[in-house]
Amino acid sequence: MSSFLEISQLHKTFPTPKGPLTVVEDFNLKIRKGEFIALIGHSGCGKSTVLSMIAGLADISEGGIILSGKEVTDAGPDRGVVFQSPCLLPWMTAFENVMLGVNQVYYTASKLERTQIAEYYLSLVGLGDAMHKRSSELSQGMKQRCGIARAFALSPKMLLLDEPFGMLDNLTKMELQDVLLDLWQRDQKTALIVTHDVDEALYLADRVVMMTDGPNATVGDILEVNFPRPRNRKQLLEDPAYYAAREHLITFLEERSHHRPHRPAQDRPPAAPAPSAGGLRKLFGSFAST
Amino acid sequence: MNSQKFDHFVRRFVDLILLPCIGLGIVLVLWSISSATWAKELPSPTKTWEASKPYVVEPFAKRGEMDQGILRFTWYSLQLVAKGYVIALLIGTPIGFFLGLSKTFTKIFDPLIQILRPVSPLAWLPLGLVLFISMGKEAGTYGALFTIAICSMWPTVLNTAVGVRAVPQDYLNVGRVLKLSRWKTLTTILLPATLPYMFTGFRLSLGISWLVIVAAEMLTGTPGVGGFLWQEYNSLIYEHIILSIIVIGVVGFILDRLMSLVESRFKTA
Ligand SMILES: Nc1ncnc2c1ncn2[C@@H]1O[C@H](COP(=O)(O)OP(=O)(O)OP(=O)(O)O)[C@@H](O)[C@H]1O
Ligand SMILES: [Mg+2]
Repeated sequence: MSSFLEISQLHKTFPTPKGPLTVVEDFNLKIRKGEFIALIGHSGCGKSTVLSMIAGLADISEGGIILSGKEVTDAGPDRGVVFQSPCLLPWMTAFENVMLGVNQVYYTASKLERTQIAEYYLSLVGLGDAMHKRSSELSQGMKQRCGIARAFALSPKMLLLDEPFGMLDNLTKMELQDVLLDLWQRDQKTALIVTHDVDEALYLADRVVMMTDGPNATVGDILEVNFPRPRNRKQLLEDPAYYAAREHLITFLEERSHHRPHRPAQDRPPAAPAPSAGGLRKLFGSFAST
Repeated sequence: MNSQKFDHFVRRFVDLILLPCIGLGIVLVLWSISSATWAKELPSPTKTWEASKPYVVEPFAKRGEMDQGILRFTWYSLQLVAKGYVIALLIGTPIGFFLGLSKTFTKIFDPLIQILRPVSPLAWLPLGLVLFISMGKEAGTYGALFTIAICSMWPTVLNTAVGVRAVPQDYLNVGRVLKLSRWKTLTTILLPATLPYMFTGFRLSLGISWLVIVAAEMLTGTPGVGGFLWQEYNSLIYEHIILSIIVIGVVGFILDRLMSLVESRFKTA
């Protein structure tokens, strides 16, 4: 099957007082239609930069991005973005924030239909009762929900999420991950989520793309995650393969992310050596808090 | 519990009434001493009150062109200020937006603004009179409006520009993802996001318009608090100078408070 999103030889260079700084270099990735991709890497390596280039919000320095056959040159409602900070417009209600997008995309629909679309997505994310509150009065978690509803209500071809749950408590985070998976499965979207959180990546994604450290960051490794869907947290925690995958990601972040790969990571088989019991315990000790 | 309420009441009384009254008392004492010793021409507080009484007790009386109740004069002044102020906002806000949006526009006009901004109303007024000389009798009024507008618009211009520049990139990105038109971006994102800054500018501008009115009325002889003040100086009725000063101060204070109220409503947005 041909790829839905194709990123080839992507570069991003920022001008700095000390001359141009190449943050992202030779970034290659192909994403199939309906696939859920997680992008992980250390803070500051350029994950947001890659995401905003796909979103069309940042200029591409070199290389190209092709989304369902068309080159990405500008932002547009075919890519719903959930930003790192929820960035709702604080003077509008949750409903109005979602409506702003719905009005743009469904401009041929009647007012009633548009209202129904907005209300449908808002109640899906659990904001049914609070949708007419001003967004400045919503809690962080409610804002994030609204951000997700806004992105989904555009009915985009692709969802781009930049650490959408980074600032939330664990309980809300898990709930919203399920909301996200639910919506993704229902609407058959293609999704790309940027995250720091190894468990989040494994719970959500079909493939986890690991980025090397910046500057000159690129794809270091890709891990296939083949757990059956719909996924269940408890079952996942009982699966030895889960710990193998987890160890693979953590080893990458701790040790291998500092080196650029010698050959493109694209075609590598998912190498997942089984961890020793001692290694596992060590893992739990240091990552229990994340 | 009751005594706590009482304590609270006492504290508010001290803070809001007693302490300000002490300040007022000190000024009255200094004023009395000055008028009795080194400033012989300065009328004492009691003399000032006696001479001002007809203007204060009948604040809306109209006995002649330049002999009217003090609030009637104030009302004339406020009308003039309102007109000049509205002109300032109508011109200043769009200029502020252009400055905030366009670097080129800023480079062209910012130096000019920085040079014109510190020019005193006393310097603008003669130019205003010259500009509107063809208006004949009305030249004074138009000159005054011109002066109020040009002196008071700068805070609006600068604050609006700062506000537009401070709109978070995230908000604009939302607009780009949704492919909002330029007009839609302006009205649904830029304008609401800038509003709190704009209102800070509006408040400062109002303060300046009120400051300018006195100078403008003095030089043009238009009836109003400022015109009255200048006329009474020329007629050697110094008590009325003090009366005018007090009224100008109080009105300015009230205007500022009212604008702060409006401003704070937008600040919470
Ligand atoms: N406008 C800019 N000018 C110069 N350098 C920039 C600019 N924007 C980002 N960078 C640099 O690019 C690098 C990548 O930034 P980016 O925001 O993509 O990181 P990230 O992986 O999303 O980090 P985090 O996980 O903390 O969000 C950083 O080192 C940052 O300093
Ligand atoms: Mg980021």
